[in-house]
Amino acid sequence: MKIAVPADDRSMESNVCISFGRTPYFLIYDTETGESAFLENTAAEKHCGAGIAAAQTIVDSGAAVLLTPRCGENAAEVIQAANIKLFKTFNGSLQDNLDAYQEGKLPVLQEIHAGLHGHGGN
Amino acid sequence: MKQLLILSGKGGTGKTTVAGAFIKLSRAKAYADCDVDAPNLHLVMQQNVQPIIKDYYGLPKAAIDPDLCIQCGLCMRHCRFDAITAAPDFRVDEYACEGCGVCHLVCPQGAVTLHPAIAGELKLYRNETVFSTAQLKMGSGTSGKLVAEVKKQLYEAAGDAELAIIDGSPGIGCPVIASISGVDAVLIVTEPSISGISDMERIIRTAEIFHTRIAVCINKYDTSLGNTEKIEAFCKERGLPFAGRIPYDPEAVKAINRGLSIADLDCASGRAVQDVYHRTIETLFDESAG
Amino acid sequence: MQAFTATEGINMKIAVLSGKGGTGKTLVSVNMAAAAEQAVYIDCDVEEPNGHLFFKPEAIAQENISIKIPVVDPARCNGCRKCVDFCKFNALAHTGQKLIIFSEVCHSCGGCALLCPEKALTEKDKVVGEIRRGVSQNVRVVSGILNPGEASGIPIIKKELSYAAEGDGLTVIDCPPGSACIAMESIREADYCILVAEPTLFGVHNLGMVHELVRLFGKPYGVVLNKCLEEENPSEKYCVDQGIPILGKIPFDKEIGRLNADALILAREKEVYRDMFFSLLHRTSKEVGHEAAIDS
Repeated sequence: MKIAVPADDRSMESNVCISFGRTPYFLIYDTETGESAFLENTAAEKHCGAGIAAAQTIVDSGAAVLLTPRCGENAAEVIQAANIKLFKTFNGSLQDNLDAYQEGKLPVLQEIHAGLHGHGGN
Repeated sequence: MKQLLILSGKGGTGKTTVAGAFIKLSRAKAYADCDVDAPNLHLVMQQNVQPIIKDYYGLPKAAIDPDLCIQCGLCMRHCRFDAITAAPDFRVDEYACEGCGVCHLVCPQGAVTLHPAIAGELKLYRNETVFSTAQLKMGSGTSGKLVAEVKKQLYEAAGDAELAIIDGSPGIGCPVIASISGVDAVLIVTEPSISGISDMERIIRTAEIFHTRIAVCINKYDTSLGNTEKIEAFCKERGLPFAGRIPYDPEAVKAINRGLSIADLDCASGRAVQDVYHRTIETLFDESAG
Repeated sequence: MQAFTATEGINMKIAVLSGKGGTGKTLVSVNMAAAAEQAVYIDCDVEEPNGHLFFKPEAIAQENISIKIPVVDPARCNGCRKCVDFCKFNALAHTGQKLIIFSEVCHSCGGCALLCPEKALTEKDKVVGEIRRGVSQNVRVVSGILNPGEASGIPIIKKELSYAAEGDGLTVIDCPPGSACIAMESIREADYCILVAEPTLFGVHNLGMVHELVRLFGKPYGVVLNKCLEEENPSEKYCVDQGIPILGKIPFDKEIGRLNADALILAREKEVYRDMFFSLLHRTSKEVGHEAAIDS
């Protein structure tokens, strides 16, 4: 199965990004093959609905699990409708968080915050 | 980095004056102006270096090529924003255009293109301190994203600073919501007028959605003692920490006009803001509460 | 008692703006409307409307303002994703099973419904705010309110402006602060713009911004200096340097501050204030008449 994590940079030692919608990259880790791929998050540059567009990217990647420090309500709606499970990361590297998830140490992400609408007219 | 955001709801309450004083009193190494529509913090926090300037691109805008246009009017008929006019040629009003792309979609001749449009500029001042600010171009929207860029610029340049003071924008809309995201605490500066109280209630409702710690202070409190008492009672009722009162002070205007903060002069408002500052830091950044 | 009557034959729409909130836009617009014999007051600051707090209008007529939002027929949707890919605002997402529409991100452009090859998308109304119209003595009050969380107040402002006075009437438009798209929409129909400025460094900076806006739109304009103190006024200096007519000066005065803080209309409280705003109206009307004479 594939696990997605927002990443500050394209390496396993880099930190989990504090933002989901505007993270520069996503790590997609395949537990079956052990392979890591990094996707550029095109949603980061969007003016509105970055969270929604990022969630669409995750759905399209085929991930079954998303590890993230937080998630807005719009993105969460897409993620949950696609039956992707959400877990909360801690402040640390991608590798550390992946290991913690696989050891069953990461909590389920409960707090979904209100949308950070980035638009305003035109 | 701990972040304190100063908000007001209503404009003209003294948000920037208070933010400037807090920056001086806290000796914060990082600060930002998120009022990208009408930034004023740079007038109080005079900088001695030139800023690094970056263009900010907003939503794309449509343009019609008159050579390809056959004047069928489909674009105008479908534009929901009244952004296309027909005389003498079909053309797009860039101020009204929202970059939706419908005109490009319906044009049978491919005469419409969408092109990137500069919607503002970001400025970063780096010397002993880091100051991030921006100016939105007139008529633009997407100020929410520009606010996010101002904060991102600040984190990238000064992430290791202990405390950041952020001057927010008035209102309750998107730029305010974007400024609240990720901050630890919010100080609401209000004024004792009926409209000020009404706007304060709206901004508190908006800030509460984000579960940030909120405190309230009153500026120019002596312009209405009755309303000041109403606000203090309201805070008590809602369990919101009250950080103090600052009197109306003509010396404040003089300080501002000299490009100084009220904390730089010995004046009534300067002394009062020191108390407000200490109380704000104590209640909002109480270490024992985590 | 002098009462200002609109000049015969001239339908006057005056927009009152400032670079920033709190400068006195509402003070000036509310009192100008109150000092006239008859007027329509339109509050275009739909994010933080305040005019109604002063007028306390009665006999309220309320109407909702809606925009069109797409709605999907799941039976027709085949997941082709053309709508998701088209939407510039990312208001649509497809989970593989169903299409999700985010109405508060949607800008109501209508593009997705136009291009769906299966005709699975139609449109429905979504309320984004309301307009309340009432009467307060000699003034017809039109207030607009944007619901928190909604993107744009423009559809509300457009409808509010349709209630402007006709014939020989006077309309005073209380604009939103700043120079963003909603401020532009509010001044589109104005015959004349009054810029309100404070005597501080902030004030002159903000005045400069809104000055640029009215010049861009080719509107005739003048300045009212508010909260004036004895000291040198940087905003006054700016007007003199730029050749901007100064229509009036309102002193910083504790009584004005107190009455305003209690949401009282100065022009209805004391004759001296009624006269002040009457003079302002008279002066403005001369400027508008002057412009009309130049145009004809």
